[in-house]
Amino acid sequence: MASVTVNNITKHYGKKKELTQALRGVSFTVEQGELFGIIGPDGAGKTSLFRILTTLLLPDAGAASVDGLDVVKDFKAIRQRVGYMPGRFSLYQDLTIEENLEFFATIFNTSVSENYDLIKDIYSQIEPFKKRRAGKLSGGMKQKLALCCALIHKPSVLFLDEPTTGVDAVSRKEFWEMLRNLKKQGISILVSTPYMDEASMCDRVALIQNGSILSVDSPEGVIASFKQPLVAVKDRNMLPLLNHLQAFEGTQDVYPFGEYHHVVLKDGYSAAEVSTYLQHQHAQAEVQPVRADIEDCFIALMKSA
Amino acid sequence: MTTNNIAIQAVELTKRFGDFTAVDAISFEVKKGEIFGFLGANGAGKTTAMRMLCGLSIPSSGKAAVAGFDVYKQTEQIKRSIGYMSQKFSLYEDLTVKENIRFYAGIYGKSDAFIKEKTAFLLKELRLEAEASKLVRSLPLGWKQKLAFSVAIFHEPEIVFLDEPTGGVDPVTRREFWNMIYQAAESGITIFVTTHYMDEAEYCNRVSIMVDGRIDALDTPAALKRKFEARSMDEVFLKLARKAKRSGD
Amino acid sequence: MKQFISFVKKEFYHIARDKRTLFILLGMPIMQILIFGFALTNEVKNARVAIFDQSKDLATQALRSELDASRYFDITQDVHTYSEIEAAFKKGTIKLAVVFPENFANDLDHFNTAQVQLIADASDPNVANTLTNYATAIVLDYQDRITNNRRLPYTIKTEMRMLYNPQLKGAYSFVPGVMAMVLMLVCTLMTAITIVREKESGTMEIMLVSPMRPFKIVVAKAVPYLLLSVVNITSILLLSVFVLDVPINGSLLLLIFESILFTLTCLAFGLLISTRTDSQQTAMFIALTGMFLPTIMLSGFMFPIENMPLPLRILSNIVPAKWFYYIVKEVMIKGLGISAVWKETLILTGMLLFLLLLSIRNFKIRLA
Repeated sequence: MASVTVNNITKHYGKKKELTQALRGVSFTVEQGELFGIIGPDGAGKTSLFRILTTLLLPDAGAASVDGLDVVKDFKAIRQRVGYMPGRFSLYQDLTIEENLEFFATIFNTSVSENYDLIKDIYSQIEPFKKRRAGKLSGGMKQKLALCCALIHKPSVLFLDEPTTGVDAVSRKEFWEMLRNLKKQGISILVSTPYMDEASMCDRVALIQNGSILSVDSPEGVIASFKQPLVAVKDRNMLPLLNHLQAFEGTQDVYPFGEYHHVVLKDGYSAAEVSTYLQHQHAQAEVQPVRADIEDCFIALMKSA
Repeated sequence: MTTNNIAIQAVELTKRFGDFTAVDAISFEVKKGEIFGFLGANGAGKTTAMRMLCGLSIPSSGKAAVAGFDVYKQTEQIKRSIGYMSQKFSLYEDLTVKENIRFYAGIYGKSDAFIKEKTAFLLKELRLEAEASKLVRSLPLGWKQKLAFSVAIFHEPEIVFLDEPTGGVDPVTRREFWNMIYQAAESGITIFVTTHYMDEAEYCNRVSIMVDGRIDALDTPAALKRKFEARSMDEVFLKLARKAKRSGD
Repeated sequence: MKQFISFVKKEFYHIARDKRTLFILLGMPIMQILIFGFALTNEVKNARVAIFDQSKDLATQALRSELDASRYFDITQDVHTYSEIEAAFKKGTIKLAVVFPENFANDLDHFNTAQVQLIADASDPNVANTLTNYATAIVLDYQDRITNNRRLPYTIKTEMRMLYNPQLKGAYSFVPGVMAMVLMLVCTLMTAITIVREKESGTMEIMLVSPMRPFKIVVAKAVPYLLLSVVNITSILLLSVFVLDVPINGSLLLLIFESILFTLTCLAFGLLISTRTDSQQTAMFIALTGMFLPTIMLSGFMFPIENMPLPLRILSNIVPAKWFYYIVKEVMIKGLGISAVWKETLILTGMLLFLLLLSIRNFKIRLA
């Protein structure tokens, strides 16, 4: 049975004059025990989607179910069995780590000891500081505590809304490792993130932009769907290089990509033609065909949408 | 005003809070027109260092000059010569695009003629002419950030400080944003930028990485990758930041 | 139930860890009672008095020197017309005027009865009350002394005129008034703020996605403030009885019951505010303008309602504090029982139910 199904959900905010369409007919399913990523920039509709699935908002149209329960009709039952970590740090800052955890355990009609196994790996990292107030914790520690609190009642589905936003690269890596471990316990996990590079950590991803899903697939599947030839080009002076590449007849799109520029070529062109084109002005240029990554795909999908 | 080509110079710059040393004797130079990436894990001391350079916080010891002005005594002059933009606070959501521009330009005491002419130019550049009288709240995030950057350099500062300017912005707009940074740098504005996106570190001329209050590495992205035998800046960053003993915000 | 207790416990942590707010909550009633008590009922000393003696006989001379000898009064001027008295009051040079009519001693001798008129500036009702009481006491004292030597009792009738505030509302009023104010502040303001704070910090989001029923959340939030209020009621009553000598003339049990009824009404109003607002600032603003100001202005505590224009008199009826203030005065000061205040009690109960119903209907089980 699918853990989460979303069927043509739409949602808007505001009245006529300042109407924002947050979701424009979103559909996908998440299988039991899957680590599913919803990847898109701020304002794409990720939070609205999560709030609908956690029964905090009502959709305008469409249907969705969590654990086979309807998000509108069965909201009470859903609230018994999902774990939710909202975008901002939402624990009680004036309570200690221990007090927060115990409080959330009782609210969900359980106790810390009952499901300790589930959180042990994560909690043990912050346990030495359990008498410290949540407000005084570092970003990484807060995030671990929030995850423990969302897990304490052994939810069947876990919703994490942008858990890694504003967190540095090291803590982000650690967080994803924790999620991979949780997945082994059979919990279905939905994570949203604006960081494209985190897609590779998921079983499957939905790329979302402007309230519409661009693609739903495994990270490899998304990448495989990128059919155009792609080359990475580098030279000492990158800005003029970008302008020259833009002028190349075989270029469909070109954009900076880390230390390289990525050039999406029209069908029939290849790295060799790019090298020949650059011979005169950029004799030193390094040109090599590369495999697209999620960000390339996202850009391509955004531009074709 | 300095006549040499150094925009920012810090020598053993230190900030202590009680017995906690947030910034531990950092020394570096940023050249005029350079795009300088200022990286570090949460709690490494980036924000504190940036505050000192902006004249918002007096250092505990060490020396620093920004646009040739001393960070101890000439903070007012510094504030006139810099622009500042952060992800968290940039524009007033309940003012229109035009009102925001007008307000910020007014702070720096620019003449009405200058403001009028430059506003028209800027709106055209950003393709925001149709939205000029709309509330900033109604703009997509990417546009807000581009507008915020334009406002930060509206008074033609010598240096602009950007604190995570592209957080949460979509990949296409992020690149458009960097394009604007390049243009500003071409026109001679020095860019001092922090980011969590490691691919953006590659766009910088030089990058410094702070760990536990110290600058542990400072060089061009290419040189850093060679030195740390890493394929990407991401790896360089992870190798350095994993050594960090302290963590925080 | 465990959920509920755990929630209440958490609320106490919040309150206990915000030491400054806790100090204000518990210290405020004490401060207010003391400030109001001592500022408004301080003994009157050497009040300036004008004498309008139309008789100028032995008896009036005697009374005059009795008054002057008292440490409460200072005779500062003699006047010869009522308009002079009026003028002196307007200028504020006197606090009290004593008028002896013509043939004072004569009347006393021949008819065994005479009149003294005491005119006080009752714009400050406490002072006016105290002054006329003292003056009356001095007159009665004199009367007793001369009666001892005669066969028939003499009667000197004192006739009091309270200028500007004839009913003399306001005496002892500060105790019921402060009670209303403090309960209002603790319950309405704090309940509204504490719920809205959870919305602001995002914890309400998690609470809503938990099996905890929204109604339970709200009740759990109210419990600590109800208890705090009981502490405050106790401290106010103790202070007024033992420090300010304001007696509890009626049933203590009834007084406490009425106070709790009013506390609940305030809690319900705070709850209603919290369901309609999303920021602590707005909540505070609405609580202050919607409840606190009317409590001060329209409850009869500061300004007598009888003297207000009709629209304000009508408006004052929807202010719960007006009814509570009335009840406390009747029970605590006048010593009356439930039979005297059952109507007002019913009105308060009605308000409580109405506010509760409205806020439960308004409480959102979702975010938007």
